[in-house]
Amino acid sequence: MYPPLPNPTVTPSAPKLSDKNLVRRSASSVPAAEPMTQVAKLIDVSKCIGCKACQTACLEWNNLREEVGVNTGTYDNPHDLTTATWTLMRFTEWVNPQTQNLEWLIRKDGCMHCADPGCLKACPSPGAIVQYSNGIVDFVKENCIGCGYCVKGCPFNIPRISKTEGKAYKCTLCSDRVAVGQGPACAKACPTQAIVFGPKEDMKKHADERIKDLQSRGFKNAGLYDPPGVGGTHVMYVLHHADQPQLYANLPKDPTISPIVEIWKGMTKYAGLAVMGAVAAVGLLHHIVAGPNRVSPEDEEAAKRLAERGQ
Amino acid sequence: MSNSEIDPGDAVHPGNPVTVDRYTAAARVNHWITAISLVLLALSGLALFHPSLFFLTVFFGGGEWTRTIHPWLGVVLFVSFLGLFFRFWKLNLWKREDGTWLARVRDVVAGHEEKLPEVGKYNAGQKLVFWSMSLLILVLITSGIVIWDQYFGPYFTITQKRVAVLVHAVTAVIAISVWIVHVYAAIWVRGTIGAMTSGQVTGGWAWRHHRKWLRNLVAKH
Ligand code: HEM
Ligand code: SF4
Ligand code: SF4
Repeated sequence: MYPPLPNPTVTPSAPKLSDKNLVRRSASSVPAAEPMTQVAKLIDVSKCIGCKACQTACLEWNNLREEVGVNTGTYDNPHDLTTATWTLMRFTEWVNPQTQNLEWLIRKDGCMHCADPGCLKACPSPGAIVQYSNGIVDFVKENCIGCGYCVKGCPFNIPRISKTEGKAYKCTLCSDRVAVGQGPACAKACPTQAIVFGPKEDMKKHADERIKDLQSRGFKNAGLYDPPGVGGTHVMYVLHHADQPQLYANLPKDPTISPIVEIWKGMTKYAGLAVMGAVAAVGLLHHIVAGPNRVSPEDEEAAKRLAERGQ
Repeated sequence: MSNSEIDPGDAVHPGNPVTVDRYTAAARVNHWITAISLVLLALSGLALFHPSLFFLTVFFGGGEWTRTIHPWLGVVLFVSFLGLFFRFWKLNLWKREDGTWLARVRDVVAGHEEKLPEVGKYNAGQKLVFWSMSLLILVLITSGIVIWDQYFGPYFTITQKRVAVLVHAVTAVIAISVWIVHVYAAIWVRGTIGAMTSGQVTGGWAWRHHRKWLRNLVAKH
């Protein structure tokens, strides 16, 4: 068992997360960040019993209200992430062809807190998305313009834009709790320790123990989901079938920022500015070299003769 | 044949200098609505295109307003340009002399009009601006709707939106470049801007740049 984070002291203390800890800030640059220990949330899918305590804790801590929905025959409730549901239990019933066992795969979906976040790369608004040196990727509501570019940038289909407010929402990894030395609300609420939180290195060690245990019990392909395509993530999964992450409600196998997004946010920007600048410069240069193209008095004379002849 | 080379409102007025009606009041209003919406679209779009241009959002009341207003301006542009399209398409059809004109583009930029074939109301350059803008605006509104999340978000997949936003950005860069060429040509060729302000040009201007058009107009009388 990984020891849970102790409760913090009740004496007020300054928050530990501030602008000094920013490693990235959307559409802007930041000075070198004050380093922090890299944190991670580890979700052990094999331990999850699908009770949704985490989902409830998230609603409660973040003061969110989800609409009452309809049942479509699965336990997924609501059916997708929304601006109020930042984490969602996704249930998959899968018959393992090797054992003919029905396996109930339950994955807690939500922001992965990518080390290389596609949302941040895509965001056009300075400071609407920030990344702290502990690995947390956070949306800053005041700076968000609701354009939806983060939705296109994210390889995991996470951000949701509010219809009423025009702002983007997603899991914050409880940056407000982490700032005062607490763990995320979901981890705190989980009754089976399927969710644990701590330094990323510790989480990886803890995952190793879990994976060895699972392998010793027949899950040969048990492994850690910490996809290198996005530089690793600060939310990781222990999967019993790590060779097939797609089984878990389409968790992508080798997620990367889409090449279309890379081209859009990379080459297009520089080439675009260069092309427009060049066209304007050529115009200016042409005017300096060739001078204005003026109508001559002879032209006017010729026109007069033509107009009179034509009458 | 000459009827197909002029617009109904075009007319020559003898005098000193000769004046020529080139655009009706309706055409000019139509043009300026299009022009203003295009400039505002370019500014609001560029604000989101590159961080160094984000400051342009102040002209639209901040980032959120910029994001909100841009697609609506797009609708204004589209409808307005549609008006221009139906006004101008006929005289922008490609003619034999246009190929010759284009082949002598060196003489065009050097201002050697005497070496160019006589052309109608529009020369090959103007026709290229017209047709490329028609196509570009069509692509811009199509891709723009795909990324207009507020109203059309649920109808498209994320992959479609990624492609659309790239297409939209690239097309916008081309459209703005074509627009710069268009504006520069109007400034370089002195006497042109009057066509879209007062609606008139001088006879000499028409003789120098659109002689076939002038001949057809005189013949009409
Ligand atoms: C014709 C209809 C158009 C529609 C419906 C439209 C719609 C959009 C939308 C929805 C966006 C995303 C930002 C936002 O939500 O405001 C956008 C971005 C943009 N638009 Fe348009 N637009 C149109 C025309 C134009 C035109 C004519 C130009 C330029 C001349 C233009 C230039 C841009 C640029 C540069 C961006 C930013 C792209 C980026 O961030 O890479 N748009 N447009
Ligand atoms: S909607 Fe997303 S991409 Fe757009 S400003 Fe807000 S956080 Fe940035
Ligand atoms: S999962 Fe999506 S929203 Fe979360 S950090 Fe990665 S790219 Fe951003």
